[in-house]
Amino acid sequence: MYFGLSQDQTMLQDSVQRYLESASELAHVRGFAEGDNSLAESLQNGLMELGVPLVLVPEEFGGLGLGVLEAALIQQAMGRFVSPTSFTSAYAMAVIGLREAGDDDQKNDWLGRIAGGSAIIGVGLTEAIGAREGAGLKLSGDKVSGRASFVMGAELASHFMLTAGKELLIIARDSAGVSETALTTIDKTRHVIMLDLQDVPCTVLAGDAVAAQARMIDIGRVLLAADSLGAADMMIEKSVAYSKDREQFNRPIGSFQAVKHMCADMVAKLEPCRSLVWYAAYAQDHVSDEAALMSRLAKSHLAEVGKYVARTSTEVHGGMGFTDLLGLHYWFKRIGANRQLLGGPETVREEAAKLQGWS
Amino acid sequence: MNLNFTAEYEDFRADVRAFLDKHKADAPSMANVGLRSEKRLKWQRILLEHGYAARTLPKQYGGFGAEPDSLKQRIIAEEFARAKVPGGIAGQGINMLVPTLLELGTEEQKEKYIAKTLSGEMIWCQGYSEPGAGSDLASLRTAAVVDGDDFVINGQKIWTSTANQADMIFCLVRTEPDAPKHQGISYLLFSMDTPGIEVRPLMTMTGRAEFNEVFFTDVRVPTSQIVGQRGEGWMVANATLTHERGMLGDPDAALSRLKSIAEIMQNEHVDGKSLMDNPVYRDRLVALEAEVYAMKFNGMRLTTASVEKKSAGLAGMIVKLQGCELNHRLAELAIDVMGEYGILFEDSPFLRDHGLWQTHYMFDLGLIIGGGSAQIQKNIISERGLGMPREPKVAKA
Repeated sequence: MYFGLSQDQTMLQDSVQRYLESASELAHVRGFAEGDNSLAESLQNGLMELGVPLVLVPEEFGGLGLGVLEAALIQQAMGRFVSPTSFTSAYAMAVIGLREAGDDDQKNDWLGRIAGGSAIIGVGLTEAIGAREGAGLKLSGDKVSGRASFVMGAELASHFMLTAGKELLIIARDSAGVSETALTTIDKTRHVIMLDLQDVPCTVLAGDAVAAQARMIDIGRVLLAADSLGAADMMIEKSVAYSKDREQFNRPIGSFQAVKHMCADMVAKLEPCRSLVWYAAYAQDHVSDEAALMSRLAKSHLAEVGKYVARTSTEVHGGMGFTDLLGLHYWFKRIGANRQLLGGPETVREEAAKLQGWS
Repeated sequence: MNLNFTAEYEDFRADVRAFLDKHKADAPSMANVGLRSEKRLKWQRILLEHGYAARTLPKQYGGFGAEPDSLKQRIIAEEFARAKVPGGIAGQGINMLVPTLLELGTEEQKEKYIAKTLSGEMIWCQGYSEPGAGSDLASLRTAAVVDGDDFVINGQKIWTSTANQADMIFCLVRTEPDAPKHQGISYLLFSMDTPGIEVRPLMTMTGRAEFNEVFFTDVRVPTSQIVGQRGEGWMVANATLTHERGMLGDPDAALSRLKSIAEIMQNEHVDGKSLMDNPVYRDRLVALEAEVYAMKFNGMRLTTASVEKKSAGLAGMIVKLQGCELNHRLAELAIDVMGEYGILFEDSPFLRDHGLWQTHYMFDLGLIIGGGSAQIQKNIISERGLGMPREPKVAKA
């Protein structure tokens, strides 16, 4: 038994982290948040060079054929640097959707395009989890109409993979009949949009789309948990560094137990989350009967602990934490968005109860 | 990540299971086994003989002499828990004194004490805490003054579990009153039958006396009964803190608790409706389930770190704080689920589960405080784990 990361996994995460540390430094993230999309493009190119978008693409389609654990480690690095990427949707969920529900031709076509960089597929599955305000898509022949809300990965998407009840379909972003509403959310490090479709031509995936959507959601949730883990890690590190540096009453504030205990509490809650995320990610490929449950436990628990760290870290930074100047709020908001995306904690826990026959 | 065990370990697990099948009938029950019961001593003999107690301790002192192997240790713990069979005696003598003697005792001390302690014949208690020395243990004041060939001890200890049953005590006393506090302590071993020792049970909020107070009045102990040198007691007491404990507890104890609570919720009906059908309670259960699994996997991570002989860093430092807190909150949910029945206690009619959950709820709070309080744990995590600056020393008036 070995519960931990392999050398290859650690190296993979380190290399993505090293790249993002400079490529996705705060000044660049701030530029993106203020409307300059160029960071998303440069990260897309840089990450493509590292092979990151290929992790979950099977080798036979030109990918790396790695697992969800590797994807989670990459996502964790992105959360750490609040990087504007569409990795969760375009390179995890959409790839999984094609792997699970595409027929051979569809896999060849789309996975090939993904690997080659010519297709970036955003994902809209909100209505498969719970529809609000009557949103949802209806398929009629090979045309789709209706609303898909909170579609992820809109930064650079060329296409979208969307749920229409029991079907999973792909549309081109530039098709006639696609009307986009950009959303301003708390999290300006990623773009989500509303899509209103009117008779938009689409590719319907041929396989079992219900099972495929479930798996996309499971894996998407694990990655959001990993993203919050990475973001929370960074918030703790920033808190500790700030508390050693900042002096009040002629002492570093980190020498006050009130401040120390806030940091210790953050660590005590977050550290076990690391193992939970590892296991939940590993289970997606290797422990099929626990995959759905562990994804939900990881998603809901990281939502809670992430929120706690986001709030506590901001308090450790005092007034500075509240300013825009320091930029800590990008992490706070990223964690806040991750909490709601693909299902808030109560929703996800209720699903976990159902899975176990408790509800 | 690889959750499978290699053939060597699967074989080992099969051996443990075969052992348990064969000898299970000799095992005492899990609950309330008298420390001196013949059944327990016999079980300890069987465990020692087969290497399921004192597994890695040297043969010459009554151990089994196996190479340390954290995975095997974990497999033993898992299988004993699965079979609901108690492991070997895990008193403070075996867990704390024996490793200390192995590291720092004289040959004579090792021969005199270790084998008898391992066999369960010799029961020890630990004389550390005092009414005025809790978190600040090094400020302890129980005094030992040399008079001829003896130390003469006066003072008081508290939180001394099993003092009322123990044959012996390993005790921290102040022998050098003028030295700085950490350098004035000595580590002594003496019989609890020595004249001048009085043991008073210490009743706690659980309604039981899980601990004692021990009073020393002119207790004479030969100076040869010291471990290490005079003034080295603090170092002696801390020498084995980093050592692994011989027998782990059930690594899945919290998960078992969670499953019991799920069962209670399914069986508990209010107005004919199962409590599991109440979404508020259900949400609390699943939220705790996530934490239980997080701690379970954190434990697996620690096992792997131990196998690799690597420090687990923060993942290890948070276990006491988080683990005790989680157990306490599990008990809290169980009580809330039972509603008014949850307040029944001791020998009340209609009592559920022998009042176990209230006992857990209270005793677990004791565990949050004892053995390094939650606040001390947080100091350790922040200062040693995160490198945050220590509190400045208050100047003496």
